[in-house]
Amino acid sequence: MSATPTRSTPPKPPLAVVGSQIEQDEELFGRAFDRWVVVRFLSYIAPYRRRIAIGVAAVLVFTLSQLAIPLLVRAVFDDALGGLALADGAVLRAIMVAFVAVVLVNYVANHLMETIVGETAQNLLFDLRRAMYGHLQVVSLTFMDKTEVGRLMSRLQGDVYALQEFLESSIFAVGDLVLLFGIVTVLLWLDPVLGALTLSVVPLLALVRIVWLPRARRAFMDAREASSATNGALAENVHGIRAIQELTREPLNADLFEEKARRNLNTHLRASAFTNVMIPIVDTLTGAAMAIIIVIGGAMVLNRESDIGVMVAFLFYTQRFFDPIRSLTIQYSTMQRAMAAGQRIFEVIDVEVDVADATDAVDPATIDGAISFDHVTFGYEPGNPVLKDISFAVAPGETVALVGPTGSGKTSTTALAHRFYDVWSGAVRIGGYDVRELTQASLGRHIAMVLQEPFLFSASIRDNIRFAKTAASDAEVEAAARAVGADAFIRRLADGYDTMLEQGGANLSLGQRQLLSFARALVADAKILVLDEATASVDSYTELEIQRALKRLLTGRTALIIAHRLATIRDADRIIVLQDGAIVETGSHHALMEKGGLYARLYRMNYASFDDIPADELAAALDGGQRT
Amino acid sequence: MAIDTRAPARSDHADGGTYRIDVSKVDTAVLRRITAMAFRFPGRMAAGITATVAAALMQLLVPQYLGQAVDQAQGLLAGAVSGRTDRDAAEAALWTTAGLLLLVAVGRGLATMAQNYLGEAVGHLIGFDLRMAYYRQLQRLSLSWHDRVHTGDLMTRGILDIEGVRLWTDTGILRMFYLSILIGGGAFVLLGIDPVLGLVALAFVPIVGVRASFARLKLRDTWLALQDRMSALTKIMEENLGGIRVVRAFAAQDHEMAKFDQVSAAALETASRRVRLFVLSTTQMTFVYFLAMAATLWIGGTKVLSGTITLGQLTEVLAFMLILQMPVRQIGWMINSIARASTCGGRLFNVLDLTPSIADAPDAQPLVLDEGVVRFEDVGFRYPTWAGDSRTLSGISFEIRPGRKIGIVGPPGAGKSTLAQLLNRYYDVGAGRITIDGQDIRQVTLASLRAAVAIVQQEAFLFTASIDHNVAYGAPYAMRPDIERSTQTAQLHSYVSGLPASYQTLVGERGVSLSGGQRQRLAIARAILPAARVLVFDDSTAAIDAATERRIRDALAHFTADRAVIVIAHRLSSLIDADEILFLEDGRVVERGDHNSLMALGGRYRKLHDLQAGGGQVADVTS
Ligand SMILES: Nc1ncnc2c1ncn2[C@@H]1O[C@H](COP(=O)(O)OP(=O)(O)O)[C@@H](O)[C@H]1O
Ligand SMILES: Nc1ncnc2c1ncn2[C@@H]1O[C@H](COP(=O)(O)OP(=O)(O)O)[C@@H](O)[C@H]1O
Ligand SMILES: [Mg+2]
Repeated sequence: MSATPTRSTPPKPPLAVVGSQIEQDEELFGRAFDRWVVVRFLSYIAPYRRRIAIGVAAVLVFTLSQLAIPLLVRAVFDDALGGLALADGAVLRAIMVAFVAVVLVNYVANHLMETIVGETAQNLLFDLRRAMYGHLQVVSLTFMDKTEVGRLMSRLQGDVYALQEFLESSIFAVGDLVLLFGIVTVLLWLDPVLGALTLSVVPLLALVRIVWLPRARRAFMDAREASSATNGALAENVHGIRAIQELTREPLNADLFEEKARRNLNTHLRASAFTNVMIPIVDTLTGAAMAIIIVIGGAMVLNRESDIGVMVAFLFYTQRFFDPIRSLTIQYSTMQRAMAAGQRIFEVIDVEVDVADATDAVDPATIDGAISFDHVTFGYEPGNPVLKDISFAVAPGETVALVGPTGSGKTSTTALAHRFYDVWSGAVRIGGYDVRELTQASLGRHIAMVLQEPFLFSASIRDNIRFAKTAASDAEVEAAARAVGADAFIRRLADGYDTMLEQGGANLSLGQRQLLSFARALVADAKILVLDEATASVDSYTELEIQRALKRLLTGRTALIIAHRLATIRDADRIIVLQDGAIVETGSHHALMEKGGLYARLYRMNYASFDDIPADELAAALDGGQRT
Repeated sequence: MAIDTRAPARSDHADGGTYRIDVSKVDTAVLRRITAMAFRFPGRMAAGITATVAAALMQLLVPQYLGQAVDQAQGLLAGAVSGRTDRDAAEAALWTTAGLLLLVAVGRGLATMAQNYLGEAVGHLIGFDLRMAYYRQLQRLSLSWHDRVHTGDLMTRGILDIEGVRLWTDTGILRMFYLSILIGGGAFVLLGIDPVLGLVALAFVPIVGVRASFARLKLRDTWLALQDRMSALTKIMEENLGGIRVVRAFAAQDHEMAKFDQVSAAALETASRRVRLFVLSTTQMTFVYFLAMAATLWIGGTKVLSGTITLGQLTEVLAFMLILQMPVRQIGWMINSIARASTCGGRLFNVLDLTPSIADAPDAQPLVLDEGVVRFEDVGFRYPTWAGDSRTLSGISFEIRPGRKIGIVGPPGAGKSTLAQLLNRYYDVGAGRITIDGQDIRQVTLASLRAAVAIVQQEAFLFTASIDHNVAYGAPYAMRPDIERSTQTAQLHSYVSGLPASYQTLVGERGVSLSGGQRQRLAIARAILPAARVLVFDDSTAAIDAATERRIRDALAHFTADRAVIVIAHRLSSLIDADEILFLEDGRVVERGDHNSLMALGGRYRKLHDLQAGGGQVADVTS
């Protein structure tokens, strides 16, 4: 089924693709052992020092007991049964008692070691995830703006998962590694010559790896890239499902996805081949080592240079010796992935925080609600200012409307008032304080915002409305909902205020979501209210009712309102007209109309909206403004 | 898709997207199903099993040769002492054994390689099939299901759960063969050497087996709990990052961290429980195994002392036991793998087995378009999750003929968007029917219906891709001139051609940020490109100013001349020329008629109109 084409394929449509077309992050594919990552990692281990110490002790005890077992077997052979010496049951008994004791110790140490390593590993992973997540709560929005959520999620989940996979298998690898050294020591101690001969096959292994490594690395890298492309396309299918079903792209997308999935399949098959080809090589070397022991060891036994117990012990050790090498080989790609994952995780943790609280930042209990912009220049990209030398002041209790065409910088202005970003030059003051002197938490408390996009959480309606103030009473929540005219529809829901919202509020209409987002800002009960197109998807009648309610709610508060319906703007105490990042005029509706500038011209052209005015008309209006 | 659906078909209509199991029961159905999937590649599975058997058998040969070597060495030694040395012959025997051992080791290596590779290959093939099936299934499932199921959960299933299932062939099926043969063969040989000693050496097998099945049940439970909690964590993180501006705006970081910590701690607890369960069972198994080895040594030693068996035979027994040490560990891994595969498989099949509630009827015919007349006949509807008794829509009837236009207005939540979405069967009507040229839309194929109806959605989803790709999303074969014609109609062309990368400019989550009006115009361009016969604009000009909208309307005039058009809008100027306007409130039509008659009626429409009409007339807003 997987091979048969699903339909007779016409030539591939030129434009059709699935999955994000943004360049992939340059794929990191680290070394199997990256010192930097390991060192960083160690700092996260520090809190578990005590546990780790016990774990390390357990590993040592475990390894010693693991090494002791073949030695005891040897003792049974040599001392109790061995050679021609007269066998003695008492010796056997004594050795057996020791053996059982060692096995017990082995069990306890093994259990301790694996539990500690396993649990600590889990703790570490959760710590790392928390560190990333916590950091993402404070990094500047400049970073968040240009980073897709999916990519962050893949670091928060995918990379942590890759580390987990590694840590889980490495529990054994670490034990094995210690064992490896132990075995080498014991071998050389038992019989240096035979030991050296047995180990002589190891350099061969190193030689093989030199040839194998670069190719294998390429194969692993391809597999990883294919896999992230495939998952990206799946994510698109999940998030864009409405558009996909609406535009009937299902069959075509499935075909395109199949190409990606097939590439994913092929690259993984190749990577798997590279991993497994090492097995016969390692096994051959094991065989060779054992053959050496038998031939040379046998001869040595014959010449009485060695006894048979040593040979038996050698054979046993040799088998164990290659086990770790084998599992380390198989885990090589896991290890590499883990190092790359570690690097990506630390990259997130290392993202610089541009906007941070000053060390002496204050958090006043109350402020007076004044806003002032003092020669503010700001932009998102260096050399391209979006706001140019803006100055204005809003008195406490005043309602000011920001108007201007799309892209003129209205949203950016409100963002600066909340210090989402830092200004390039000049200063923004809230209640007389430079926003950089206030803690961000206090800005959050004193300024409530209704953002352009009404984002809601998968939680109950009540919890969404009181998101800004978790302690808000039911009465407060309901009062806010009533003020925005949402109370009626909420009450009609079977669970009323306890109705759970689906992701993004999918079970509400867009207008209803906007109302809830509005109510949320009202509950915050802040001194300053910022409304960014808060009622764009609401009909004029509902909007009017909200405005009536606002009149009451806004007494004693400062409001900064962005709206594109003139009916809403007209209402403000003062209107600031922005154009291309600069203030072109300011005044009350009547004053501006009298002045006959841009505002008046646009208004007379009877635009119901200031947003999205065609460039040529705008130019005409501006021209007109200059001529008068 | 060839994924068998043995489970009873469930409709996605009532499914909440969660997967529950009865933990007390051993659920083999899922594992059987995954195993059956593996055997859809009979050639590779046969080869894989053969390689596995060969690897296990050769693994069994190694201790025999080791035992042989010890016996030979001892023979040599004995010979040397008694002076009857046939040194050459003895050395030759040693060489032969060494050679054989080397040969077996090489063979074993090759067989193990084949085993692992084929196991992984079949796993990847299954993974491919599952991925395709899952992708297609998500495309087919109805939107009401998608509304309910979190995207984070769907991604977890599509990545981690497929991974868990994929690993089953390698770490489950083939390993099972391997372990059975190793333990079975080992038992056979051991019992052959010395029945009593063999029994002692194998004493650990039943104990480990019983321990394993206990652990499996508990582990499965834990895996499921873990997957659920990880999903919850994913949800929290995804929403936080998606709504980061809201979080920042209200300085809710502490609150959000607390939410995260709570779920994270629960997940960590479960993860640690899984580790403890897993470690306890594996270490206990190893312990039992070593105890068996001690018993073997003791009893075997006694037997050697009494001369019942040779030292070589004891070596062989021990060597076998040594070879079984790895498998004992692997039994632990296998249990983990069983638990994981059955949980992950269960979660996946849970989605794959759903039958979409919105799908082609068995006898569905493609829509035959003649004129393109749309009729709503007494349509009623309620969202499946809507628990209240009031309907979202009820008693909606109207007809639109080609070249005519219906306008819809009403407060938020009146049911306007719902009405639009019924027309291309995002949801099915609960009462009444919708027809196009007399054909009930539930009786025609979905593809033909959706090709005939184009909806400009209220919120346009932009794919992270170039602008031309986004515009041509519904008509991927469209050529540049067609694309430009529709962007010109949507008044977007001049903006796009002004961009440095023009139509190749990337938009979407991380692309250039388009204004609300630009997004809406892109959505319009995208919707008109496939030239559907019925056009619906769902509040899709809210962010576009009136003059631009008028230009769009003019440009569209030739296009809409022979098409049925539904316009949902808040700005009445968009509706003034509609042939009929429906005023919707609480899912009912409360006023209807053309502009003039509604104005004459002096009801809600009139009130709305007066509010919006011209500049300063409604100065009372301020008062
Ligand atoms: N997060 C951002 N990153 C980069 N550029 C941005 C960002 N937000 C806005 N811009 C750009 O800044 C300019 C002003 O945008 P904005 O303040 O949103 O204007 P308005 O709200 O008036 O439409 C626009 O050119 C816009 O493309
Ligand atoms: N996916 C959904 N699941 C459940 N209820 C929904 C869903 N979408 C909308 N609703 C509810 O149905 C009603 C009508 O919504 P909608 O048609 O979107 O209204 P509007 O007239 O604003 O477009 C609202 O009360 C809304 O809460
Ligand atoms: Mg804006």
